[in-house]
Amino acid sequence: MSDHGKIYSTNFQDSLERSTVKLAIMIALAVAVGGLVEIVPLFYVDSTMTHLSPNVKESQRKAGDVAPIVWDRKAGQTLDDWKPGDGVRPYKPLELAGREVYIREGCYLCHSQMIRPFRDEKDRYGHYSVSSESMYDHPFQWGSKRTGPDLARVGGKYSDEWHRRHLSYPRNVVPESVMPNFFWLDNNKVDPANVAATMEVMRKMPFYPAPYTDADIASAKAAVDGKTELDAVIAYLQGLGNHIKFTDGVNYRD
Amino acid sequence: MEATQATPVKYDMDVVKWFSIMAVIYLVVGTLIGVYIAAELAWPFLNFDIPYITFGRLRPLHTNAVIFAFGGCTLMATGYYIVQRTGATRLWSNGLAWFTFWGWNLIIVLAVITLPMGFTQGKEYAELEWPIDIMIAVVWLAFGLNHIMTVAIRKTSHIYVSNWFTMSMIVMITYLHVVNSLAIPVSLTKSYSIFSGVQDAMIQWWWGHNAVGFYLTAGFLGMMYYFVPKQANRPVFSYRLSVLHFWALTFGYVWLGAHHLQYTALPDWTGSLGASVSLAMIIPSWGGAMNGMMTLSGAWDRLRTDYILRFLVVSLAFYAMSTFEGPVMSIKTVNALSHYTDWTIGHVHSGALGWVAMVAVGSIYHMVKKLWHTEMYSDSLVNVHFWLATIGAVVYVVAMWVSGIMQGLMWRDYDEYGALTYTFVESVSAMHPYYAMRVVGGIIYNLGAWIMLYNVVMTVRQACAARGTNAVPANA
Repeated sequence: MSDHGKIYSTNFQDSLERSTVKLAIMIALAVAVGGLVEIVPLFYVDSTMTHLSPNVKESQRKAGDVAPIVWDRKAGQTLDDWKPGDGVRPYKPLELAGREVYIREGCYLCHSQMIRPFRDEKDRYGHYSVSSESMYDHPFQWGSKRTGPDLARVGGKYSDEWHRRHLSYPRNVVPESVMPNFFWLDNNKVDPANVAATMEVMRKMPFYPAPYTDADIASAKAAVDGKTELDAVIAYLQGLGNHIKFTDGVNYRD
Repeated sequence: MEATQATPVKYDMDVVKWFSIMAVIYLVVGTLIGVYIAAELAWPFLNFDIPYITFGRLRPLHTNAVIFAFGGCTLMATGYYIVQRTGATRLWSNGLAWFTFWGWNLIIVLAVITLPMGFTQGKEYAELEWPIDIMIAVVWLAFGLNHIMTVAIRKTSHIYVSNWFTMSMIVMITYLHVVNSLAIPVSLTKSYSIFSGVQDAMIQWWWGHNAVGFYLTAGFLGMMYYFVPKQANRPVFSYRLSVLHFWALTFGYVWLGAHHLQYTALPDWTGSLGASVSLAMIIPSWGGAMNGMMTLSGAWDRLRTDYILRFLVVSLAFYAMSTFEGPVMSIKTVNALSHYTDWTIGHVHSGALGWVAMVAVGSIYHMVKKLWHTEMYSDSLVNVHFWLATIGAVVYVVAMWVSGIMQGLMWRDYDEYGALTYTFVESVSAMHPYYAMRVVGGIIYNLGAWIMLYNVVMTVRQACAARGTNAVPANA
């Protein structure tokens, strides 16, 4: 303060402190590095995605496992021709509508969809999650908190009727639950035009677009017509986690 | 710190006054919503079967209200205040500053309307839909431009350390907000992220952790470096430590996001890299905390009488504690237990209630006295607020530590036959007493915020009455 010419650190630091432009540029460079190093490779390194990973392929070959990771859809097949275990596929129209409700109601704030490779999680929820399972999830639904249980493999675990009762009045089924009642979802009809528009958007995504055909989108309106938001959420939940047929002894993560 | 001027500089402080008052109002509102949603988890009938107030819709409103409404108004108030006083210059553009005030508050009003309606992108701490995201970008860049241009026209030779931190926040938040919010709209009220799955997860937590690291840490360290020395009336302990602290934090914090994704489908190298840098970050974080604490050397006795200084010092204690806790939680073996549990919520709130809000509150009290050229209406109410805030934060955090560790242990517990000991819902019901305790901590904290609002309003009224005018933002 008393001596503005004196340098208390290095010449370089001092020059930054005297120049707004230099300081701003140095900051802009310094804060860019970490993100670039951690994010960009995830788009290019094959081992990031289960279905592209050479190590997973090798592990499958050794175990004699031929189950596909991603659904290899043949020409002329519809989304309804897919069977559990055929590999990861894009959401069916009603599931996509249910997923929109799931996001709207903030379900992801209390329910994760990401099973970690621990013994207790395997016993409680099933096989650990792999990256390709959420490749069509814009945005991802891994969550960060388990106020309620993980839902990554909830599909097929309970009947549709159980879900209907539980979603409507959770405490009628599980007395200790703290989940809100969602019976009112049954009063709202799914908007068919919105579902078709959402499929169009998912098909346009620059990263991992959903490979919907024109026929898929054309038939979407009929598929959701007359369904309620409760029907849609149940369809979404029942479709979670059964896409890949996991084989014992295969290492699905590097 | 401030240049000695022959003639006093006229500053643009009206906009700072209004940002400060709005910050106090949003502190009350944001913590009140927090108390309500905490109560919903303890007593779910409070959802009242009304879609607009269910936990899932109000939780984003709570986080947006405390981070962007309270935190944002505090950052803009202190940013504009500090940049003028450390540069001995008025704002580059007072008009642009008022644009940021009205723009930011309009965004907050839109958040209050759209989030309960369920308009959300579904990305944590970045829920607002795309038209509001565009408004955020415009207002944020206006704030950034105004701040950096005011730095550029300063009358002092060097840029003061507080402004380095604010500039790093401005740049990084711009990167984060733009990249993380990239989405394709379906309609005016619904859009979907262009990223998916594992890449989206990494980008989300690059955003999520750096909203903490830059918005809630760098920005608030800028406050610390100005208001702690001013309130203590002592120079900053070490200039060299501030240089090291600044560059280590600016370069290093960016890497931490990956530690939120340990043991997930994110490749192992990314999570491990994030955790390693997290551990290294203890050093700059504690460097900053020490630099603030040691600034009080020779002035510790003032803590007996200066209640504002108490807020600032306790905030640094919480900062040191949570920047130790964070790296510990990023270690894989600890994270295996803590992830998905209330421990994370406890950690966030020891940072938010203890560090961010306390340093902000201390800074706002300091500014209120300077801006209105007056003493506080009641110093003892400041002291009451201090104790309510401290006790409320401790009760909240302890409740979440206990419930979080308990959850983690119950989930992984096996009986003698090799079967899981507990069903999931047993862990839910075991949390009930701690969820109730959290509500009590939140109420205590919220009560302190109401007292602050009352005290600030009375102080402003007293100052205006002394000048014989009713206008709230009296002459600067």
